[in-house]
Amino acid sequence: MTRYSILLFGIIATFLIAMFGLTILPKIFIDDAVKEPVYFTPFEVTEGHKIFVREGCIYCHSKQVRPEGYGADFERGWGRASVATDYRNLLPHNLGTMRTGPDLANIGARQPGRDWHYLNLYQPRAINEHSIMPPYPWLFEVVGEEARPGRDGLRLPEPYRIEGKKVLPTDEARYLVTYLISLDQQIAGVD
Amino acid sequence: MDPGSKQSPEYSVSELDRKARFVVLFLIMSGVFWLLFGTLLALVASLKMHMPDWLAASGWLTFGRVRPLHLNTMVYGWASLTGAGVALWLLSRLLKVPVMLRGYIILAGVLWNIALVVGSIQILAGGSRGIEWLEFPVSTMVVIVLCVIIMSASVLMMLAMRRVKQLYVSVWYLIAAFLWFPLLGLVSSLPIFDTPTVQAGMNWWYAHNALGLWFTPIGLAAAYYFIPKVLGRPIYSYGLSLLGFWGLALFYNWNGFHHLIGGPVPTWFVTISISASVMMVIPVVVVAVNHHMTVVGSFRAVVNSPTLRFVVFAAMSYTFVSLQGSMQALRSVNEVIHFTHFVVAHAHIGMYAFVTMMLFGACYYIIPRVTMREWHSKSLIKWHFWLTAIGVIIYAVALQGIGVFQGFAMIDPDVPFTDTVTMTVPYLVARSVSGILMAAGHLIFTWLMFRMVWRPGEQPATPLVWNKIKEEFAS
Repeated sequence: MTRYSILLFGIIATFLIAMFGLTILPKIFIDDAVKEPVYFTPFEVTEGHKIFVREGCIYCHSKQVRPEGYGADFERGWGRASVATDYRNLLPHNLGTMRTGPDLANIGARQPGRDWHYLNLYQPRAINEHSIMPPYPWLFEVVGEEARPGRDGLRLPEPYRIEGKKVLPTDEARYLVTYLISLDQQIAGVD
Repeated sequence: MDPGSKQSPEYSVSELDRKARFVVLFLIMSGVFWLLFGTLLALVASLKMHMPDWLAASGWLTFGRVRPLHLNTMVYGWASLTGAGVALWLLSRLLKVPVMLRGYIILAGVLWNIALVVGSIQILAGGSRGIEWLEFPVSTMVVIVLCVIIMSASVLMMLAMRRVKQLYVSVWYLIAAFLWFPLLGLVSSLPIFDTPTVQAGMNWWYAHNALGLWFTPIGLAAAYYFIPKVLGRPIYSYGLSLLGFWGLALFYNWNGFHHLIGGPVPTWFVTISISASVMMVIPVVVVAVNHHMTVVGSFRAVVNSPTLRFVVFAAMSYTFVSLQGSMQALRSVNEVIHFTHFVVAHAHIGMYAFVTMMLFGACYYIIPRVTMREWHSKSLIKWHFWLTAIGVIIYAVALQGIGVFQGFAMIDPDVPFTDTVTMTVPYLVARSVSGILMAAGHLIFTWLMFRMVWRPGEQPATPLVWNKIKEEFAS
């Protein structure tokens, strides 16, 4: 090639056309449908989502369910296929690309109990000895048994119990669990 | 513009190298620092996958922060900085003009490194942007993009002042890289992707193009330069080069949505990306044939030249990983391997076996020429090659092997989910072993680089590598 004008033009044109096709066009097609303020998102849920992002949960847990018949997502109880409107309010997106752990799009329906989540976040191996999920002790505080009367500590199994202490979730753990329980894809999607 | 216009005088190759010396060394050595840091993060993340309670007391070192930082330091630290250094040196040689705006590029490099440090601290402190490949805060990304724009300005000035009539194929790729990457970075930083699924689309358009429109062109430009250069013969076919380049420009841009197969986006976007991914077979095969036909008959030189050894390994990896990528984009294949370790290994064949090995090879050629010194030890270079090559092969075989089984287990609802985790654990251990091999290779590389740059006066009495090649081709 000797004429660099053609080179420069081609380089920019190929880029801009594809950029329009894969970023602007989806925006035009999807945005209107999802921008309607259908839900009000509670404070605890938005805070919980921030912690979900901060701790990088998405690197092991996808949050998108594939349609029935494509993969076994539905058969595993991970809920109906995800649609664009399921994600309407919370940024960054958490679609994920990895299932080192199970998909979380429907975790609120599968595990509605707060205590299960607290235990799993404090020490995953207290629930499933084969789990390779990291523990998140900084979302909990360990206090003396006498402290905070009226609040029960986590019901930890034997090897994880600390003598004379109880483990209490912090506000951050409470927000995160509220967020996780809010993830429920049993309700029909607005498409 | 008229090529070779009045103001720029003729430069000899050694003059060009001398002028490029500081800029190129600064960028490459910065990259090597981030390579070491990124390797450390990689080891921590890999060990945590099978030792989840190790270093688990503090949020700063949790897997979900270390792993994205590993990716970001390798991508924007090691591969981008070293890649930019290699690219500027190549352009200076190919256009026969000195690197322009050298002072500004040094300044950009300093800012770039500061941005990386700030961004790294922010990710470890929990301030990740939360978008894969874009975890650095927007502030860090914007600084990096501005730094690349300074380099792009330098590249365009070099193009305008060039002393050659023909633009060699490597130049096309490099010009493209320096135009595409700033555009990509800017678009990805725009606040217009404000609904989650649209952001996911932008995410994978960006992430795939960062590899396809920045690292791949630099890597291919290096392959197109070093293979004929070291062998001392022209590239096999100009026509194939042309087809390979424009094929990449046309199709690679459109690949991103194949990361969202089965996801909550309109199916026809995904279908476009699948088609484009399959079309990538054309430029990939064309480039592979072009390189193979150039090397064929000279495989002895691949054994003797450290540069060629790395470059040919990298070029073969490019062919392999790209064809694999086209296959992975098919819906039937993707159903199995999506969400498994197979894809993680695929990404590493791309960024490591192709891009990183190519940059190693380029360094082995460039550094002696800009420092005017010989490599300290031939056997250490061999160790570097075999540790990293065997390391990445173990990585790929272990994780892609188990990834297939993991995928089939995952789409079989009768297999409990926990089994899909436990079956991978021995292979995650194998991955850590492969990581230790690669880390050892990086330490050797760093030691060799360190001696080249900071330890003059200890050069071996006879040149180690060049003589072999000269003998090979003098006859």
